[in-house]
Amino acid sequence: MAVKDIDQVGLDTYKFGFHDDIQPVYTSPKGLSESVVREISRQKDEPAWMLDFRLEALRQFERKPMPTWGADLSRIDFDDIHYYIRPQDRQARSWDDVPEDIKSTFDKLGIPEAERKFLAGVGAQYDSEVVYHSIRDDLEEQGVIFLDMDSGLREHEDVVREYFGTVIPNGDNKFAALNSAVWSGGSFVYVPEGVRVEIPLQAYFRINAENMGQFERTLIIVEPGAYVHYVEGCTAPVYATDSLHSAVVEIIVKEGGRCRYTTIQNWSTDVFNLVTKRAVAYRDATMEWVDGNLGSKVTMKYPAVYLMEPGAHGEVLSIAFAGEDQHQDAGAKMVHAAPDTSSLITSKSISRKGGRTAYRGYVQVMPEAERCRSNVECDALLIDDRSRSDTYPYMDIEESDVAIQHEATVSKVSDQQLFYLMSRGLTQEQAMAMVVSGFIEPIVKELPMEYAVEMNRLIELQMEGSIG
Amino acid sequence: MSATNGQSTLSIRDLHVSVDDAEILRGVTLEVGAGEVHALMGPNGSGKSTLANALMGHPAYDVSAGQVHFKGHDVLELETDERARLGLFLAFQYPAEIPGVRVASFLRMALNARRESEISVMEFRRLLLDKMQMLRMDPKFASRYLNDGFSGGEKKRNEILQLAVLEPELAILDETDSGLDIDALRIVADGVNRLRGSELGVLVITHYQRLLNYIEPDRVHVMIDGRVVESGGKELAERLEAEGYERFAASAASEET
Ligand SMILES: Nc1ncnc2c1ncn2[C@@H]1O[C@H](COP(=O)(O)OP(=O)(O)OP(=O)(O)O)[C@@H](O)[C@H]1O
Ligand SMILES: [Mg+2]
Repeated sequence: MAVKDIDQVGLDTYKFGFHDDIQPVYTSPKGLSESVVREISRQKDEPAWMLDFRLEALRQFERKPMPTWGADLSRIDFDDIHYYIRPQDRQARSWDDVPEDIKSTFDKLGIPEAERKFLAGVGAQYDSEVVYHSIRDDLEEQGVIFLDMDSGLREHEDVVREYFGTVIPNGDNKFAALNSAVWSGGSFVYVPEGVRVEIPLQAYFRINAENMGQFERTLIIVEPGAYVHYVEGCTAPVYATDSLHSAVVEIIVKEGGRCRYTTIQNWSTDVFNLVTKRAVAYRDATMEWVDGNLGSKVTMKYPAVYLMEPGAHGEVLSIAFAGEDQHQDAGAKMVHAAPDTSSLITSKSISRKGGRTAYRGYVQVMPEAERCRSNVECDALLIDDRSRSDTYPYMDIEESDVAIQHEATVSKVSDQQLFYLMSRGLTQEQAMAMVVSGFIEPIVKELPMEYAVEMNRLIELQMEGSIG
Repeated sequence: MSATNGQSTLSIRDLHVSVDDAEILRGVTLEVGAGEVHALMGPNGSGKSTLANALMGHPAYDVSAGQVHFKGHDVLELETDERARLGLFLAFQYPAEIPGVRVASFLRMALNARRESEISVMEFRRLLLDKMQMLRMDPKFASRYLNDGFSGGEKKRNEILQLAVLEPELAILDETDSGLDIDALRIVADGVNRLRGSELGVLVITHYQRLLNYIEPDRVHVMIDGRVVESGGKELAERLEAEGYERFAASAASEET
């Protein structure tokens, strides 16, 4: 029964051998209060304006009601959560504590040893520094900044101060307010004018405990004519200590710029995943959100694009996968604030074993935003009769000269399809997985190669034991 | 249960099959030996596709009585995929569409299901391109979504491509000829003939003599109203072409009373 990473934790902690009740050394007390927020800011040695931002957000958080729509959030106990754990203290968990099903998924996905520990919250640092360094040198030459948010704030305070909280104000909604009060980690990306970043920037390359925190905060600024693809998350299950994940992602895409933000989320199934993601796109700019939600108990996530100037284009491509006891309430929000803007929403959801998915979309066209085009397509696939899928398309159209299309389908895997595939020798599970991966293929093909491969493998795993 | 039933690879005895409590097959008996080609003909709705589906184990088709043996195995005990892995193959009259799944990736998985060890990607590619060339199919079909948006004839050709790649021991072709243009018909027939001869047994379901000019059957069976009412040599098909089914329909009706 080997205990991993003993030296990083300090032998003292382990001398009793009580793996189950090891306490991290520097952890904020449970619950949220002004002193907790002040302590977080002090630990990080932040400038005063950031502390003020946090404190104002805390007041907003306390005032804001819980959302009354979407998923059932009544089981979140805000007093029972640690809002800050110093990254160097985060690894204080033993491999033995990691649930068997997560371990076996790592096996089946072939996740390397070092990453497994990290993903399971056992290792503190995933040793990818070497890979990352050479990439970072290239980026630096182009003037691209790619840092964790805390370092971003330290090293580029002016830029951060100019944009931080401008896309998602600290009182935007209860969970954005919570994040604004206690945020830690996340990424800061700045792409200078005209620079095209050819390789996807993967948070994965330099994941560390800080980055994978429960309240990470990401800010991406794409200057005119620049391009970047940012990728976060991974298909392997992430086993979290706390059951609340509430991130905020803000993106600014300036004239003629383009940004694609890809997320694959596979939190363990006890996590409430409540994320606010929003981008503003200026003249002729393009913002694309590609979003895959596989894990978590509850997800509420509606990536938004505010199309601020003519020619701006927004896209959301999302996949939601809900299994037993899971509720994926996902969708998109497009705000057409200028003429000649366009948006495209493609949502695919899969429910099985009583899981629930919902598409919740909001398309707004402001007065005088003439000649806007918006196309919404959401398709739901039900694997069995116990599962459920709902569609809530909201439209708020205040201009008549527009072209808005909405199409929704709900389908089941047909006996005819299964029979056809099985008549060629595929088992029922393989056949089911094949139909499902075909269903999400239009989105999976947009993923970076290694994600696409893992995604399909994961669908196969999810289908195991799902029949009958 | 004898391990092999003489020369016969597929042996159907007194098979009764119903759909939604309606009996469609009312006692079918048929034997197809290894390497033999049998033709099954009969009017619309007589139960030919029902037989094909029941042999492959479609869940909507209830077998209420009778036996089916294939290579000595009790087929009715097996799941559809097990029957396929044993070497049974059905080229569908109406192949299902599977959007988002590419022909090549599907076929590789299907082939691997039949094999002991996985075929390498390179080797599979070569095999697939070979077979596509044999059937004069455009290689770009390999990367299209399975039957999705295929024309009627393309679907049929794709069924034969699968037959060629998977190399089953007994293939049921359910009206593979309808919807094929004359050139395609010849190509498909050539394909089947090339696979024949060796071990492949074939049960060709067809309405037309034309296909049988290319794939010469060893035996021809006539199905009327859920039963095989007559069997004979290839001249039986020619007679049917000339006379139609009326003669049999009358006799089947008189049997009924
Ligand atoms: N899945 C099904 N559900 C309901 N009825 C069915 C089903 N399958 C077959 N039948 C019925 O069984 C009868 C036989 O149909 P089958 O498809 O076997 O005929 P067939 O001989 O193949 O005809 P065709 O030459 O037109 O293809 C028909 O009356 C048909 O409507
Ligand atoms: Mg038929």
